[in-house]
Order: sequence, then C-alpha cells, then structure tokens
Amino acid sequence: MTTVLWVVLPYACLAVFLAGHVWRWRRDQFGWTTHTSQLLENQLLRLGSPLFHLGAFGVIGGHALGLLIPASLTRRLGVSEHAYHLVSVSAGSVTGVMLVAGLALLIARRFVNGRIRRVTTTMDKVLYAFLTAMVVLGMTATVGRNMLGGGYDYRETIAVWFRGIFWFQPHTELMTGAPLVYQLHALGGFLFLAIWPFTRLVHVWSAPLAYLWRPYVVYRARRGPAPAPRPAPAAVRDADRGRRSELIALVPPGRDEGPYS
Amino acid sequence: MRIRAQVAMVMNLDKCIGCHTCSVTCKQTWTNREGTEYVWFNNVETKPGIGYPKHYEDQDRWKGGWKLDAKGRLVLRSGGRVKRLSRIFANPDLPSIDDYYEPATFDKDILVNAPAGRTDTPVKRPYSALTGEPMAVTWGANWEDSLGGASGREDPNLARMAAKVTFEFEKTFMFHLPRICEHCLNPACVSACPSGAMYKREEDGIVLVDQDRCRGWRMCVSACPYKKVYVNHATGKAEKCTFCFPRIEAGQPTVCSETCVGRLRYLGILWYDEDAVLAAASVPDDELLDAQRAVFLDPFDEAVQQAARDAGHPEEWIGAAQASPVWKLISEYRIALPLHPEYRTLPMVWYVPPLSPVLDAAGAAGRDDTDADDIFHTIRDLRIPVEYLAELFTAGDAEAAGGVLMKLAAMRSYMRARTLDGTVAQELLDGIDMTGEQVEAMYRLLAIAKYDERYVIPAAHARDAAVLEAQAAAHGDCPVGDPDGAGPFFPADSLRVRS
Repeated sequence: MTTVLWVVLPYACLAVFLAGHVWRWRRDQFGWTTHTSQLLENQLLRLGSPLFHLGAFGVIGGHALGLLIPASLTRRLGVSEHAYHLVSVSAGSVTGVMLVAGLALLIARRFVNGRIRRVTTTMDKVLYAFLTAMVVLGMTATVGRNMLGGGYDYRETIAVWFRGIFWFQPHTELMTGAPLVYQLHALGGFLFLAIWPFTRLVHVWSAPLAYLWRPYVVYRARRGPAPAPRPAPAAVRDADRGRRSELIALVPPGRDEGPYS
Repeated sequence: MRIRAQVAMVMNLDKCIGCHTCSVTCKQTWTNREGTEYVWFNNVETKPGIGYPKHYEDQDRWKGGWKLDAKGRLVLRSGGRVKRLSRIFANPDLPSIDDYYEPATFDKDILVNAPAGRTDTPVKRPYSALTGEPMAVTWGANWEDSLGGASGREDPNLARMAAKVTFEFEKTFMFHLPRICEHCLNPACVSACPSGAMYKREEDGIVLVDQDRCRGWRMCVSACPYKKVYVNHATGKAEKCTFCFPRIEAGQPTVCSETCVGRLRYLGILWYDEDAVLAAASVPDDELLDAQRAVFLDPFDEAVQQAARDAGHPEEWIGAAQASPVWKLISEYRIALPLHPEYRTLPMVWYVPPLSPVLDAAGAAGRDDTDADDIFHTIRDLRIPVEYLAELFTAGDAEAAGGVLMKLAAMRSYMRARTLDGTVAQELLDGIDMTGEQVEAMYRLLAIAKYDERYVIPAAHARDAAVLEAQAAAHGDCPVGDPDGAGPFFPADSLRVRS
C-alpha cells in the first residue's frame, strides 16, 4: 500500500501529465485556450481573476521554494529556522488568502450567473472541485498546523520524498510518518497534475511572454496552395447564356418560347 | 521599399438603402453557429447613432487603436506590452455581451404544436441564447435602424462637435454605414495579440485569426477601435471578418459585395509600401488623410511595376492593380475616404461619403438641389452635415470632406447638363480640377457600376493553382475538365431542356 501511494501513484500521475500534454498539444490545438468568459460576466471576474492568478503565482512559488530547495542549503546560507518559518508562513498565508478569495469569486460567478453556468463544462466542474480540495487541504496545513498548531517540518520529510521522485529514489518511509492533511495534500497534488492536461489549465504553458519582444504587426504567408480560380458568377451566367442559345437552336420549330419558359 | 498588395474595399454610401442584405448573407455564411450568435462580421449602422457595439467610437472609454504619446511616438491607446500583459487576467477595456446585445432565439414550435380549439393565438416567445431563459429583447445590432429605436444624440462623433448643433442635425439627415473589418495596414488587433495568433497575410493583406494558435487572451477585441474582432464564447477563441478569403483567392467578390442590392461595394487591389506604414500612422492629426493616401503606390508608375515584379507578384496582379476601382476612387478621383483615420490603423475599407444628406439639406433650405452653385453654397453654409462627415472620415477636416462632396455635386450637375442639354459645364470641371473624361469615367464607375468594373480581383497566384490541379489530378478526383464539358458549375442535367 505504501509503495502504491507514494511510488506508483506519483509516477503514474506524472506519466499521465506528460503524455497527456503531448497528446493534447498534437491533437487539440483548437481546444487549447483560456476559454475566457469575461465577455459574459465581468463584475466578479474583474476582482476574482487577478486575485486567483496572482495568488496562484505566489502559491506555486512558495511550493517551489519549500519543496525544491533543501533545508541544508538555506541553513548554509545562514537563514535561521525561525526566519524561514516566519517568511513561509506569512507569505504563504497572504498568497493563500488571495487564492482562496479569488477562487471563491470565480466559483461564485459559475453559480450565480446563468450565462456562466451554461458554458461551464464537466471538466470545469472537476477542475474547480479539485482546486477547492487542494486549497482547503493546503490552507489547513499552513494555517492550522504551522501557524496555529505546533508546526510540522515538511522540509525534512515531504520535500525530501518529493525530490527523491525525480532522482528515482523515493523514500516512502518519509511520507508514512507525515500528518494526514499533508499526505492528502501531496496525493491530491499528484492527481491534480494528472488531470491538468485535460482541463483549460493548459493555457498556463501558453503564457505569452514572447509578446514582450516580438514585432507588433505579424505578417504570415498563406500556407499551402490557393484553390484553383473559379469563374466569376458573371462568367458562369454568360457561359450559361451561350449554352442556352445553342439549346434554343435545337428546339423544334413552333416552340419558340425558349427552354426555360 | 517593400511593396505589398492589399485587397481593399470602397463603399459608396449614397447608394446604401440600409436593407441589411450584406449583413444577413454574411451571417448565414460565417456566423450562424453557437458562440457567434451576437457576432456580425458585417453590420449596417444608421448615422448619427451609437452603433454596434454601443458607443464603439468612444475611444476614451474603450481605448481602441493607436495614439501619439507625449513624445510623438505611435503607441497603442490601451498601453504598451508590459501593461497589456499585466492586465491579462481581467481586461479592463473589454466590452461585455450587453454592450453588443443579448442574442435571442424563439420557440417557433409552439406555432405548429399548440393544441387546436383554443381561443387564443399561440405566440412565440424570445429566449436568451445565452441562458435559455425567457427574455425581453431590448437591443440588437441594428436597433437604431433609420433612427427608429434610439436617439442619435449619444453618437460619440456628435460629442466632439458643438453641442448646439446636435438637435438641428438630428432633424436634418441620416444615412447608413455598412461596416466590416477594415483589414488595416497597421492593425491594432494584430499588434495587441499576445500569442501572435493574428496576422496579416503577405499575399493580399487580409487580417486573420489562426484558430489553432489563438489562446483566448481577448486583447484583440479591445484593441480594435472598430470592434470588429469578436470572442466566440463557445470555443473561447477570437473570430473576425475573413474578407471571404476563399472567394477572394478564387477571384470572386466577398459575400457582402456579391449580394449588395445597391451595388455600392467596390473591390480591388492596391500596392503599398510596408516601410512607409509606420511613418504614415505617426503624423499629426491634420496630416493623417494625406499621409494615408500617400502610402499607396501608383500602379501606372514603371518603377512600382518593376518593384512588384521583383517581389514576385504575377503579371496578372500588376494589371489588376491598374484596373482597380479602389485605386481610382481613393487616389485618382480622390473621393473615397477612410473611416476614422485618427485611429491610426490605416483602414483598408474606404467610403465615398453620402451627398444625399446635403441635397436634403439644400432642399429643406429652399435651395435648388439640382443647381451646383446652390449645392456648393449649401456645402459651405450648412456646416453641420459636413462637419459630421468630417468627424467620421477625415479626422475632423471639414475642408477635405466638403471637397469630396463638391466633386460629387459637380459630377451630378455636369452629367445633368451633358445628358439634358448636351452641354459641357466647363466651370464645374474647373471648380473641382478634373477633366470631362475623368468625371464621366467616375460617373460610370459610381452610377452604372458594372459588375466587372466594381470587382477587379486577380485570382491567387497561378502557380499555386497549377500545384493544386496537379495534386487533384494525382488523386484522380479532379472535378475540373470533365470530358463531358460540364465543369463543376454546370451539372449536366441543369442544362437539359425542360419541356
């Protein structure tokens, strides 16, 4: 069971994440979009979307910091355990609150606004449910355990296990001892990666940074050959007339009203 | 110099009767799909009026197009690259669907399925195409048709004119303004597209959205000052007028042109210098019209022809540029004007401004609307219609707008004298600095407007066509050159004599 949860499942999810993206990129460029609904509703989005996105940037940055940078490195750099804890908890809760508020607004507009409700797909609902679960678990861990509770040093256990996955040396024993809320958050995180390529989240990889230095007006040559020239309608009409007079000549004498009368 | 070809359009507004045939055929062809119910690639507005979407010409509000910054440099009105990306999570300049209108559908089934024997008449109700709920229809793409549903007083163009003239103006005249995408030389939508999905075609200048590369950042919608790029809310991608490129490539006019009842649309190609575009878009307001005219290259100039050949343009295109009615109306007769040149996008759909409002005004003022002198005086004295047209077509230059109207009025009187009395009104020709031959050719192009003269569209490069034919022949399913002599346009049985 331990192996399944902390070895098989993460690798399976990562495999789906990678293969899913390759498949979607090659098969579904047309569906690769933010799927903007600002046209249909702007009041809640105007506040909710920037909050959510900026909060998400902070949260992603925080996760990268906490999971990818070994505790030994920050110690060597002279960052005290207390200072690290202070920064991570305060920054984590601020961005977390932004994310929660943004997500709440975005979910609210899906319920409140009939126009938005109608364009919400099943995949959107799955995505929102996942995001909510992840945020609730994450905030419980940050606020509940590290801020109000006694604190848990995930950098010595979860982070080491997480990095181990990428070195192909996952230390499952580090996870079995972690508190339940952290376990669930970690598992949910991998499942979240697995559904990522099948949701509108793919737009993250299209963040248009190249816009900052490309020329304003884009010129592009037509792809493939042009269709063969077609006769203009007037030519068709005139050609038709020519044929018609030929046909009229074929009409037996006495029937002079023409072929189309 | 980098010479490029542009397929461009001119509309002769005097002939527009506001029948909306162009809008309807365009919609049937391109936007009769889920997600585009509210989208009209072609719409016909009544001026004065607030238009579709509402108040789209108010760039203080929508921030469309370009402007000159404090240092005189050309910048997008909505801000630079960093500012745009910083607003990508919520675009503050994006119109909402209510600025267009809420599209409705009707439960027509009830008209057939209502039970018999009832005393009341079944009535179909409007339902929102967005929510499926019953709704009241309170706005549409042509709600103000013929000044019927709204007050033209809110027209952003009027706001720039003196307030006192407004009321008089409303009583004075109205006219119709058909609008499609302008396929600009300096497109703000393309410049604002973060993903680079929008582009201008090298071959013919048509501006398109690559549906596979659009990521739905919806910056093009707000950057276009004409609001002619739309969000398809079903696919989450931007869509716009395609200038019916499959038809243009095949040498046929666009659907809106083909079906125009008033025969008021002209299609042709123009040569322009890509390197001159930025400079022309950056001149002060009072030089805009001349600068935009100067971007076009004379198709009769040997050097231009040679440059076109060197750039790989086929001989057919060089001839087509000389026969182009668009070149004649814009550069030779100089009676076509761009819509809102002050947006600095260098639009490629130009308009011959309507003379009829001035004729109406002349009649209302007790003047003889067939007398050129009286009309000239009306154009000079009745500043209101001319100033309004100037707001639309010459960045406020009433002199330029009036000059075009003078030409149209002179042509009218010249042809009247020519036809009725057989005389040549030389003083009229001198007044507008044109020859009798030119005026008669202009008259023929505007009034007779033969199909072949209105639409001079060279088919896409012949070598491409040859490639395609070779491909089709290789696959053995080529419909062209049927041994029976009946090509794709002539199914054999359509020619059979019906008795």
